[in-house]
Amino acid sequence: MIGVIDYKAGNAPSVLNALRTLNIKARLVSTPEALDSVTGLILPGVGSARATMDSLRELGLIPALEEKVFGEKTPFLGICIGMQILMEYSAEGDTPCLGWLKGRVDKFDGAVRIPQMGWNKVTFQRRDPVLAGLPEKEFFYFVNSYYVRPEAEEVVLATTHYGREFCSMLAWGPIYATQFHTEKSGAAGLQLLKNFASLAGGGRSADETPHCLF
Amino acid sequence: MGDLLTKRLIACFDMQNGMVTKARQFQNNIPVDRAELVADRVYQDQIDEIIFYDITASAQKRCIDLETVAKVARKVFVPFTVGGGIKNLDEMYQVLKAGAEKISIDSMAVRCPDLIREGALAFGRQCIVLSMQVKRVAKSGRIPSGYEIMIDGARVATGLDAVVWARKGEELGAGEICVNSIDRDGTHAGYDLALTALISQQVNVPVIASGGAGHPRHVAEVFTRTGASGAIISSMLYSPLMPRNYTVREIKDYLADCRIPVRPWVETDPGMKTQA
Repeated sequence: MIGVIDYKAGNAPSVLNALRTLNIKARLVSTPEALDSVTGLILPGVGSARATMDSLRELGLIPALEEKVFGEKTPFLGICIGMQILMEYSAEGDTPCLGWLKGRVDKFDGAVRIPQMGWNKVTFQRRDPVLAGLPEKEFFYFVNSYYVRPEAEEVVLATTHYGREFCSMLAWGPIYATQFHTEKSGAAGLQLLKNFASLAGGGRSADETPHCLF
Repeated sequence: MGDLLTKRLIACFDMQNGMVTKARQFQNNIPVDRAELVADRVYQDQIDEIIFYDITASAQKRCIDLETVAKVARKVFVPFTVGGGIKNLDEMYQVLKAGAEKISIDSMAVRCPDLIREGALAFGRQCIVLSMQVKRVAKSGRIPSGYEIMIDGARVATGLDAVVWARKGEELGAGEICVNSIDRDGTHAGYDLALTALISQQVNVPVIASGGAGHPRHVAEVFTRTGASGAIISSMLYSPLMPRNYTVREIKDYLADCRIPVRPWVETDPGMKTQA
C-alpha cells in the first residue's frame, strides 16, 4: 500500500489517479497514524517550499515521516516541491527545509523563461531499479522555478539542462525524488511510478538497492 | 533565449454537458464525443498537454462541471488545465481536487485581477494560466499595441491593451499566458504571429499561442517566428468541420522535420518498452 501524502495544496489527486490506473494500491494520508500501514510513501508537491513545510508541520507529519524513512527504510518518492524540501534550505522564501539530504535549493537565473514549464530531457547517470524499462535519456514534464543543489555528487541520479545543468532526480537509500512531475509525464512517467511501487511493494527491501549509503 | 525546452503541443477542447463541442468563432456548437473519450484518444496519441474549457459555466452562473473534469483526469497523465468562469479560490481548489493541475482564468481575471494574485499565492503561480481573448483594433492612445482584450465569450470590449494586460498578469502572478486571437479563432488560417511574437517579447513567463491552427505548418510557423512555448491545436485534431484532421503523431513528425524541438512520438507503450 502506497501512502500519498495529502497536505491540501499538493497535486495528490493526480498522483493517486496515476497509481490507480496502474492498479497499484494507494491511498491519501494526512495524519501520522495513517502512515503506520503503508509500505511506500509519495510526497507530491506544487506551490511553494514554505507553504509545503508549514503544512507538513501543522499536520504533525515530519517526525512520523522521518521514522518511516530513516527508521524503517520505507521507500519514499518526493515529487517537485516534494524533492526540494528534502534539502536543508530553499532560497524560495528563505525557507529552512527537512535537511534529509545536504544541499540547498536555488532559483534559475533570469536568462531562461521562468518557470521552466514543459517537457525536457532527463539523462540518467547510472542504472537503478527504479529506472527499469526506461532508456538512458527520456522526456519528462517539468514545472519549476527552483532546482536542488545536493552537496554529494553520488545522490544525483539524473540531470537536465535548463540554462544550466541541474539535478532532476536523486536517489539515496530509500529516498527517491524527481524534479519533474512523473505523474504527468505520460507513459515514461507511469513506468517510473510503477517501478517505484514495485520497490515499495515488499518484493525488494530498500537496503538491497545498489546505491544504498545508510 | 537559452530556452532548451521542447515546444508544447496542447490540445484544447470546449465542453458542454460532458461532451466536447466544436464552435466557430464562439458560435454554432456541435457535439463531437464524450469528453473523457476524446481526452483519452489524444492522450494515447501522445499529446503534451490538454486544456478543457467549460464554455457555458460562466453564462449559466454555475461552477465547472467537476464530474467531467474528474473523468478526464482519470484518463490523462499529462498536464491538464481547466477553465470556465472560475471566480474564487474555493472553485479553484475544487477543480484541482478533481484532478486538474492548472486553472485558466479569463474574463474573471479582468473583472477581478486580484484573483490571479490570490490563486498564485494559494496554489503557486505554475497553477494559474491567464487566458486572454485578443482582438485587433486601430492603434490609439488607449490601445497603443492595436490589440484589445475582450471578455464574456469575446463579446465585450474592455478598453484594455493586450500588452499592458499581459504584463500586469505576469506581475500579479500568472505562470503562463495563453493568447487567443479572436480574429483567427476558427478560421484555420494560421495563428496571429505578430500578436504572439509581441506578447512573448513582453513577458518572461511562457506564452501559449492560440486561435487559427489548421495545418501543421501553422504550428511550425508560430514556433519558428515567435517566442511561443506552446501552441493550442483544436479543430485540426478532431473538428468535423475540417476537410481533414491530423493526428498528434503527424503534427509532431512535421515539426521534427522542421527541426523544431518536440517530445518525440514513440512507438511502444510503457509495458512493452525494453531496457536501453
